[in-house]
Amino acid sequence: MTDKIPVTVLTGYLGAGKTTLLNRILTEQHGKKYAVIVNEFGEIGIDNELVVGADEEVFEMNNGCICCTVRGDLIRILDGLMKRKGKFDAIIVETTGLADPAPVAQTFFMDQDVSDTARLDAVVTVADAKWLSDRLKDAPEAKNQIAFADVIILNKIDLVSAGELEEVEARIRAINPYAKVHRTQNCAIPISEVLDRKAFDLDRIIEIEPDFLEEGHHHHHDEEMQSVSVAIDGEVDPEKFMPWISNLTQVEGPNILRCKGIVAFPNEPKRFVFQGVHMILDGDVQGEWKPGEKHTSKVVFIGRDLNEKAIKEGFLACAA
Amino acid sequence: MSTGTAPSLTQNVAPLAAGAHVTGIGWLKGTAAFGLGDGGVLLAKDGESHRVEAHPDAGVLVAASDGERFVTGGDDGRVAVTGSDGSTKTLAETKGAWIDSLAVNAGGAFAYGVGKRVIARDDKGREKTLEVPSAARGLAFAPKGYRLAISHYNGATLWFPNVEAKPESLEWKGSHLDITWSPDARFVVTSMQENALHGWRLIPDKGHMRMSGYPSKTRSFSWSSDGKWLATSGAEAAIIWPFESKEGPMGKAPRECGVRPAKVSRVAFHPNTLVLAVGYEDGCILLIRLNDASELLVRPAVKDSGITAMAWDKGGKRLAFGCEDGQAGILTLP
Repeated sequence: MTDKIPVTVLTGYLGAGKTTLLNRILTEQHGKKYAVIVNEFGEIGIDNELVVGADEEVFEMNNGCICCTVRGDLIRILDGLMKRKGKFDAIIVETTGLADPAPVAQTFFMDQDVSDTARLDAVVTVADAKWLSDRLKDAPEAKNQIAFADVIILNKIDLVSAGELEEVEARIRAINPYAKVHRTQNCAIPISEVLDRKAFDLDRIIEIEPDFLEEGHHHHHDEEMQSVSVAIDGEVDPEKFMPWISNLTQVEGPNILRCKGIVAFPNEPKRFVFQGVHMILDGDVQGEWKPGEKHTSKVVFIGRDLNEKAIKEGFLACAA
Repeated sequence: MSTGTAPSLTQNVAPLAAGAHVTGIGWLKGTAAFGLGDGGVLLAKDGESHRVEAHPDAGVLVAASDGERFVTGGDDGRVAVTGSDGSTKTLAETKGAWIDSLAVNAGGAFAYGVGKRVIARDDKGREKTLEVPSAARGLAFAPKGYRLAISHYNGATLWFPNVEAKPESLEWKGSHLDITWSPDARFVVTSMQENALHGWRLIPDKGHMRMSGYPSKTRSFSWSSDGKWLATSGAEAAIIWPFESKEGPMGKAPRECGVRPAKVSRVAFHPNTLVLAVGYEDGCILLIRLNDASELLVRPAVKDSGITAMAWDKGGKRLAFGCEDGQAGILTLP
C-alpha cells in the first residue's frame, strides 16, 4: 500500500543524541511535514510540526503469548492522527532511552487499525560511541536497541580514538551484523539515510541488503545477544520449513528479537521472503529469481541465548 | 445481500460538505453540529451551514452533546463548547496533552481524560480529579445521577466524583477502549483491544459477560431506546446483543443485521423505535427495522468515504452523518 503513512521509530540510550537527530530531521529543508510522538516536551523547538506526548504504556495482548505486547498509547495516538490525515507526510516515534523497541514494532503487526493506515518504516538507534560499550555491559535496554535496529547512528565519534571506534563498532556488529551503521558527529547524516528506509517491507529486504545471501564474516561475539545465520546452497521443502519456522518462533519467540529470511522453494519462481519480531512472523512470495540465478536459502535470527546448533541443524534439515 | 434491492431514502438526504474528517456529531435542538478533524465545528440548520473555529489550528478528536451544548476535545489540549448560535468558548485547558476522551451529562456537567487523570466538573463548576491505573480510554456518565464509568487497561472504574467513597474497580485483563452504560444502569460494557466486548452485570451479582467473535475492534455501540438491545460495530453486519433479561446476553446469540461485504463502522439506534442506522467503512448507510430486518438505503457506498459519525435528532426525524473524507449529510424521514 503506497498511501500508508511511514513511521520511523527513534531509539537510543539516554544522552546518545536522539533529540539532536530529531531536531536535525525537523529543521532540514525537505518540504515534508512530520507528526512527532515524543515522551517529553520541551527539547523540541519546532512550532510547525504536530507534536504529541506519549505515555509508553505497554499492554499485553490476551492471546496467551507472553512476549506479545503492544503500545496502547501508540494505538490511541495513531487513531487520533488519522483524523488529521493530509496534515503530515510521515510519523516519527521517539522512545525513552529505557524503552524496549519490540512493543512499538509489534503494534504495527498486532493492531489491525494501525496496520491498515500506517507502516513501520525502520527502527533507528542512536548510540554514543564513547559510552555504548559500557552500556552494553550494564543496560539490557541498550543491547535490545542495538539488536533491534535497522539503522544505527554511531554518534559522538569525535570523542573517541580510531581504535576505540573500531572496538565499539565491532561490538555492535557482534550483536547485529545486519543493521546499516553510520558514524557521525552531532548526528550529521543525510536524512535519506534515516527516513523512508522501508526496512520492514518484504520486497525491500533483498534490496537493502545486497549481501544478504552472502555468508558474512563476524569474528566478535557477545556472550548474551547474538545473531545466527544459516544458509542452504539450494532449495528448502516448504512442508518441512513452514512448521519448523513457525514452531521455532513460537517456542523461542521471547528470545528472538528479529528474524529475516529469503528462501527458495522447489517449482516456485519467486522467493519466499519473511521477517519477524519475537513470535510475529510476516512472510510472502516476493520477487522472481532471475534467469540463471542460483537458488539459495538463508535465514538469520538476532536474539538472546539462541541455541545456534539447534537452529542450524533445524534449518539444514529443511533442505529439499 | 443488501443495498442493491433495498428501497431508497437517498432522495431525502441533504448532502453537506464538512470539509474534513467528521469525528463526532451532536444535535442542538434543530441544529446539527459536526466536529471536524481540522478543528472546526460545522453547524447546519434548514439547509444553511456555518463554520465555527472551535479548535483553531488543531483538530477535534472527540465530541459529545447533551442536546444543548456541543462539547469537543482537541489535540490542542482544550475542551471547548459550541452553541447552536455559533458561540464557542474554552471549558478547560491542559498543557499540550490531547483530549480524546470526553463525556457530557445532562445539566451541563462534563468529564474528560488527560492521560491517567480524569477530570469531572459538575453543573455548579466544582471540579474533581481521579487518577486511574493507566490512561483513560473511554468515559460514560451513568444514565441517572452524577456517576462516571472509566475504561482503561485491565478493567474499568466507577466513580462518584462528588462522593468521598473509594471508586469501584471492575477488573478484567486486557485493554478496554470505549465504555457504555445500559439505559437501566444495570450493565456496563466496554470494547476491547482483542476484538471483543466485555460487560459487567452491576445488579445483582457483578457477573462478567464476554461477547466475542468480532473480526475487528468495536468502536461504536448504541442502545435501543427500550434498553433491550445493544448494537455494535466491528463486523460485516451490525451485531445486536439481547439485554432484556437480567443475565444480559450470556448464552444467547446476537442478531446480525445488514450483512454486507464491508465492515460496520458506526451504529445509531433510533431514539423511539426499533430502527437501527448502520454506517459502513465503504460509505454505505442502511436503516434496518429490527422486527422484520427490512432495510432502507440512506447512502450508497462511496469510495474513501467511510462513515465516521452518525446521530439522530431528539425526535428521531432526522439522521446526521459524517465521513472520513469530509462529506456529510442529513436524512429527513418522510
